[in-house]
Amino acid sequence: MSDSPSASYLPEHPPVTDWVNDFDHTDPVWTEDPFPIWEELRAASPVVHTERFLGCYMPTTYQAVKEIAYDTEHFSSRRVIVRDVRPEIGARAPPITSDPPEHKPAKQVLLPPFTPDAMKKLEPRVRAICNELIDEFINDGRCDAAACYTKHIPVRAIAHMLGIPEKDGDLFIKWIHQILELGIKDENELMNGIREMTGYFTAHLEQRKQQPGDDLISQLMRAKGPGGQPLSDEHVLGSVRLLLIAGIDTTWSAIGSSLWHLAKTPVDRERLIAEPGLIPTAIEEFLRAYSPVTMAREVMKETTISGCPVKSGNMVLLSFPAANRDPAMFPDADKVVIDRKENRHAAFGLGIHRCVGSNLARMEMTVAIEEWLKRIPDFRLDPAGKVTWSEGTVRGPRQLPLLFGKNA
Amino acid sequence: MSKLKIRVDQDKCQGHARCKSLAPELFELDEYGNAHEVGDGSVPAGLEDKAWLAQTNCPEIAIEVTEE
Repeated sequence: MSDSPSASYLPEHPPVTDWVNDFDHTDPVWTEDPFPIWEELRAASPVVHTERFLGCYMPTTYQAVKEIAYDTEHFSSRRVIVRDVRPEIGARAPPITSDPPEHKPAKQVLLPPFTPDAMKKLEPRVRAICNELIDEFINDGRCDAAACYTKHIPVRAIAHMLGIPEKDGDLFIKWIHQILELGIKDENELMNGIREMTGYFTAHLEQRKQQPGDDLISQLMRAKGPGGQPLSDEHVLGSVRLLLIAGIDTTWSAIGSSLWHLAKTPVDRERLIAEPGLIPTAIEEFLRAYSPVTMAREVMKETTISGCPVKSGNMVLLSFPAANRDPAMFPDADKVVIDRKENRHAAFGLGIHRCVGSNLARMEMTVAIEEWLKRIPDFRLDPAGKVTWSEGTVRGPRQLPLLFGKNA
Repeated sequence: MSKLKIRVDQDKCQGHARCKSLAPELFELDEYGNAHEVGDGSVPAGLEDKAWLAQTNCPEIAIEVTEE
């Protein structure tokens, strides 16, 4: 979905013909349907390698993903996106780009605003956001749910938390697209996105120095770092950058994949309407089966993962989504079982980098599906439309045309 | 049925909060969202299934369930 040509645009990647030795997570075949590819890679080896992206490994089993996620000695988080280029480390976003020992204090500052109790306070606003969005299209009998519903929920929720006008969410969406999608192959887009975002939030920081509030930016500005000192502006900006980059298209994707599944699976939809208490369990299964987020690491020291040698200088595509489809870990891994009882899925990561926003994402997903099912219990994919999926690091529907109401 | 006891390994817990969601009677979260067993970890009669459910859904395998 990268379609804007520019001077720094790197050559298109050649189509993949040998997935095991030449995989590419930006290939259109992968974007459309990655699951059979992961099966093929997993059957070949617990760790596979490609020369693309200046050299990159991918662990294919739950066990190999786990070993890497827990090993902060050999694997660094300083680069968390696998890209064509590896420029100097620029704008950081602690704690996601932090390694020990800097990681823990940077994370502890962010944890209290994201506990389940804190999310309970935000929940009524998210419920209202969902209903305001549904009001806009419910009478049409059709909508692109990715453009009209799933996209706006996390954007508005995070804007609300940050104490920023919810209408500025469209700016957030543009930056995220530049940084996470176009930026994989286009350095200019990436830098422009980061620059605009940083400028925007610098102004909000200045404003709060005059007039502090109760919002999350103000809370971070009041928080104390490890030495008891206030956090630097750069640190606060980095954390806000992280919340946007990590909190928007991820949850947008997760809600979208859940709705996509329910649109094409009437039996699951009917069961959740009859048993709404099952929704949180179903959400966990959607998180497992359609995990949106793939992370990255950089190999700092040679080591061995699941018996496979791993050499420094390479990146690692840390595919939690592939881990969550490993049949050695999950019976019927390729099936969506909405009442799955044992589900140690790794959609939010494993180890010290567990997603700081996992409680927010779960609340948003649950509320988004609950409110949708209450108001639009009967819906299906529009056969005249096409579902399209995002490319790269975060996977979810970017067009999700649905029919309901008079068209159901 | 024998009595169960639970314990959250603080070195392993990363605050996924699955246990709190599945067995709120047995777990509590601190200000960082990390989980701790309620009281001494004794599982009241009738909550055994919830204890096992929490144990089998912890992504970090941080919950120990022992039979006394």
